[in-house]
Amino acid sequence: MQLSGAARAPRVPAAPTLSPFARTLLALAVITAPALGGVLPEDRADVMWHYYNGGDITVEGPEVLVRKKVGDSLSFTAGYYEDMISSASIDVKLSASPYHEVRKQENGGIDYLHGNTTYSAGYIHSREPDYIADTTYYSISQSMFGDLTTVTMGYRRGWDQIFRDIKDPDGQIVNDPTFHQRADHRGYSLSLSQILTRNAIINLNYELLTDQGYLANPYRKIRYLSPGGLGFTLADQVYPNTRTSNAASIQWKYYLPWKAALTAQYRFFHDTWDITANTVELDYTFPIYKRWLFDTSVRYYQQTHASFYSDLFPRADYQNFMARDRELAAFHSYDVGAGASYQFHVPGAPWISKSTANIRYDHLLIDYSDFRDALLAAEYGAGNEPLYRLNANIMEIFVSIWY
Amino acid sequence: MSTVQRLTRVMSAALALAVLAGCAAPTPWVKPYEREHLADPIMSFNRDPVANSYVDHVFETREGAHGATGAVGGGCGCN
Repeated sequence: MQLSGAARAPRVPAAPTLSPFARTLLALAVITAPALGGVLPEDRADVMWHYYNGGDITVEGPEVLVRKKVGDSLSFTAGYYEDMISSASIDVKLSASPYHEVRKQENGGIDYLHGNTTYSAGYIHSREPDYIADTTYYSISQSMFGDLTTVTMGYRRGWDQIFRDIKDPDGQIVNDPTFHQRADHRGYSLSLSQILTRNAIINLNYELLTDQGYLANPYRKIRYLSPGGLGFTLADQVYPNTRTSNAASIQWKYYLPWKAALTAQYRFFHDTWDITANTVELDYTFPIYKRWLFDTSVRYYQQTHASFYSDLFPRADYQNFMARDRELAAFHSYDVGAGASYQFHVPGAPWISKSTANIRYDHLLIDYSDFRDALLAAEYGAGNEPLYRLNANIMEIFVSIWY
Repeated sequence: MSTVQRLTRVMSAALALAVLAGCAAPTPWVKPYEREHLADPIMSFNRDPVANSYVDHVFETREGAHGATGAVGGGCGCN
């Protein structure tokens, strides 16, 4: 009986093997795939000074980016970036102390062209006294249909270490030995660039991002209603440990008959924290005379607040997750910018094929819909303060050379 | 022929056709010699990479939304 039972047992199919037909097709596909389109970045160096001032924060510093090809199929990228931060922002005034600090970032990357496929990889390291971030990224780019279409797939991975600064008994700022958190980030992107006509090109981008770990800002606080004093009490924020975001954008560029370019962009964003955001941007680029190139742009951004955000919670421990980071508040913003680029000749340097001096200025205005200026609570009462508004000036001055 | 084999054959054919389509068809409707305007630097989406990545960083540290811009960065510098 046992033998006959065994005989009726379902037959386990053997591992499927590919037929010669399928193997041939697959081999053909693999061999043919790299023989399509792709280009390497230009040999170029940029040196920039950036400046941001707004909301009692000043951030400025240098940035350098160098790209160099080696042979016909390899290109290397190296960069350095620095933020020198002086902050007495509304958040700092409410729950911490004004501070100065420096963030330094180095990056390196490589692009490899095989056939007409471009493989890219890179590494970014950023550090400041209370935050260390390491990021790697990889992408593969393939053009097809006579180079009318380029498809790029990318993956990035980030590892952050978050610390909290405190003052020791001697008044020195040191990392709090009891606080060391981590956060991991992953991003998966897919983009398609399509030549539409001899004057128009379009980009479609999609990115899925996942964040896991400590995602809050350790210095910022929530506030909840309490009797006496200013009418509120501060408490630590409690964030979810995970976040998944979807972002999709479309960019369209059109060459105008008088040698100018018009760009329109739209991005839609939604995440598991219930933030929905829309970004619209229009840019107009036009040359004047032979050496000057001008840019103007207008950008509008709008977002809803996170589901666990509140400017003023009714009481302590009101819900599981509570945040008052203004990046999670509901707001809309406008950015108006203009830039100029001047092409000049560098005497005595025949290896430089082109050089430009550039300046760009942006004015950013953010109008918060549910983030109030809590510093005015004594005057207006908790929950009745004026809504906060941020005005910021952003400037970049840089020189670029091609060689 | 099992279902798995049939599925493998169909998928292989589809993959090969999709890849080979890049070589054979369709004929580019904008010929390489017609792309003079598209090759102009003003038609680049990332003409000034340092300035673009900086502005993206400024927005990213002040907004809830991120991604789908082509920028990759690290760190905060945002409080």
